[in-house]
Amino acid sequence: MPGERQPDIQISVDHLIKRFGAFIAVNDVTFDVRRGEIMGFLGPNGAGKSTIIRMLCGLLRPTSGRAMVAGVDVALNPERVRQSIGYMSQKFSLYGDLTVAENLRFFGGIYRVPQKEIAERILSVVEMAGLAGREDSLVSTLAGGWKQRLALGCAILHRPPVLFLDEPTSGVDPISRRRFWELIHELSDDGVSVLVSTHYMDEAEYCNRIAMIDQGKLVALGTPAELKNRALPGTLLLVECDEIGHAIELLGSAPGVRDVAAFGNTLHVLVDREAGQTDRLIAWLAAHGIAGARVRPIEPSLEDAFVQLVTGNREAA
Amino acid sequence: MLDRIVRIWVKEFLEFYRDTGARYRLVIPAILQLLIFGYAATFEVFNVPTAVLDLDHTQESRTLLADFTNNARFKIVTVAQSQPQAEAAIENGDAVAALVIHAGFANLLLKGQTAPLQVIVDGTNSNEALVALGYVGTIVETFSQQYMVDLAGRTAAGRSMRVVQISVDQRDWYNPNLNSRWFFVPGVIGMLTLMTIVNLTAFAIVREREVGTLEQIMVTPIRPYEFIIGKTVPFFLIGLFQVILVAVTGVLWFHIPFVGSPFVMLLGSSLFLLSSLAIGLLISTLCKTQQQAFASNFFVLNPVFTLSGFAYPIASMPVVLQWLTYINPLRYYLVIIRGTFLKGVGLDILWPDMAALAAIAAVLLTISTLRFHKSLE
Repeated sequence: MPGERQPDIQISVDHLIKRFGAFIAVNDVTFDVRRGEIMGFLGPNGAGKSTIIRMLCGLLRPTSGRAMVAGVDVALNPERVRQSIGYMSQKFSLYGDLTVAENLRFFGGIYRVPQKEIAERILSVVEMAGLAGREDSLVSTLAGGWKQRLALGCAILHRPPVLFLDEPTSGVDPISRRRFWELIHELSDDGVSVLVSTHYMDEAEYCNRIAMIDQGKLVALGTPAELKNRALPGTLLLVECDEIGHAIELLGSAPGVRDVAAFGNTLHVLVDREAGQTDRLIAWLAAHGIAGARVRPIEPSLEDAFVQLVTGNREAA
Repeated sequence: MLDRIVRIWVKEFLEFYRDTGARYRLVIPAILQLLIFGYAATFEVFNVPTAVLDLDHTQESRTLLADFTNNARFKIVTVAQSQPQAEAAIENGDAVAALVIHAGFANLLLKGQTAPLQVIVDGTNSNEALVALGYVGTIVETFSQQYMVDLAGRTAAGRSMRVVQISVDQRDWYNPNLNSRWFFVPGVIGMLTLMTIVNLTAFAIVREREVGTLEQIMVTPIRPYEFIIGKTVPFFLIGLFQVILVAVTGVLWFHIPFVGSPFVMLLGSSLFLLSSLAIGLLISTLCKTQQQAFASNFFVLNPVFTLSGFAYPIASMPVVLQWLTYINPLRYYLVIIRGTFLKGVGLDILWPDMAALAAIAAVLLTISTLRFHKSLE
């Protein structure tokens, strides 16, 4: 068990399984999260991300396997774990008919933040979340980005070493999302371990490591760069040409081509890692009536990697 | 422990304070229901629409019909000229009762024989029909007694025989005029509190579940009993407020006598409130959405009313249903509240009902607290 050897490990998940009747929502998942690390859960809706997070918070009981959070076995002692975690659920879940300050005081009280510190902590959370001047606004009147930062504020008021964020940025504008991620990085710099689920590929790039989850399984685990390299055993070429629809068919049957996918007005073509592929594709298209194609190698995106890894997983299943 | 509970109280109070509609929802329906029950709910029958047909045309027959005309219980709507006409009045709904005096009525009376009076009632409303029949019996009995006395005084035969009269001297204790309102208004307190508290409790928790705030609470280190106490005590106070509101209105507006001890009444009310809270809590642990809670409340509250003695006498129910009433908290509370309002009895008489309520509250609260896990499963 790596979790017992390294004191640094804040979350340790070992062969975790969750069944709902005959349905296997989480299928034998194992991973660790270190102190101060930002771990991203990337996967489609219904992949099992929320179920894993809820088990780690003690909201659901694992069918089998073990989960340790902040050194405590969640299944054995869920109450002790709860003092060490902050949780932000998918759905905004603060009291809309209370003000910003009232919500913070409420959660501060429930978490038993010492009376003499509460005012100061609320102040710092309000400042961090950019909510200064809005302390007395009813939460229901706040815009999405503010609500979300307040929810984060309520989750960290008791200074937990571990933070679970379940799709925290869904339905929030891009500027607020960017700002939210800056906050998460600040927390991580302070040593907080963050487990955050998302289905935004660009967000996953902000994470230290990514766990790709599909159909309840951990498909891949690694840094964004590692995943991109591992997922694409070849070279990714960007093809710009006329008659995109026709070109997809042509390239699909071209020698040395593994996969073709359309991205807007361009094509991403995965080819074997061999010299001269670029020229060969241009020639192949020209020979079949599409002249003047431009082809250049590109850096694969996380989305390319995700599609490859998930497809591979589903074919294997 | 107390610090967290107080936090929840503060939160509940703030939410209640911000929800400006809530204070009206607590006061107006309570008063409205009290007024409706106070005025409309009665078993007494007045102004029974009645058709009369006199085929005898004698002084005796007219005297008998005049007794009906002059009685507030009956209202003569049709004076029929023939049997079919009288029957038609019932059939088309103009009259609920028809009185037919056949020819020869007075003759039979004079001979000292039984003279028939035909009474037809519309049995579709069996309760009204039954009550009306009772009144008919009373009026006819008075008439015949009067007639016998007159006859005895007027005839030689009568002078030689002794008229024996049995009069029933009725004393209705605690409610001398058998006023239905006195019976109903205290009962309304029980019904209203049950409805308000079960609904408030069930909805308040299910709403938190639906909105997602319950999940946020569950990941905190709060203990289930802290949450439950925090969540239910405000409703307990609201319930107590409603009991007092309805009781005071009943006494001041409807002049229902309150002869017992307010302390005994409030003690019984508190035990009853605890049972109601527990029912609401239990429903909330079984429901995921407010819609489900609404359906469940309806399903639970209706039998509780029917099997409580609020309107239908428990002694008239089939034995199996009578057993069921023993686990119904409203049954005991009605005994307590009617006992304190009208009879003025104290704990020496009411303790078995108090004990039963306490036991029900304890069992229900234990079950619902155990069922209230801090997990989503």
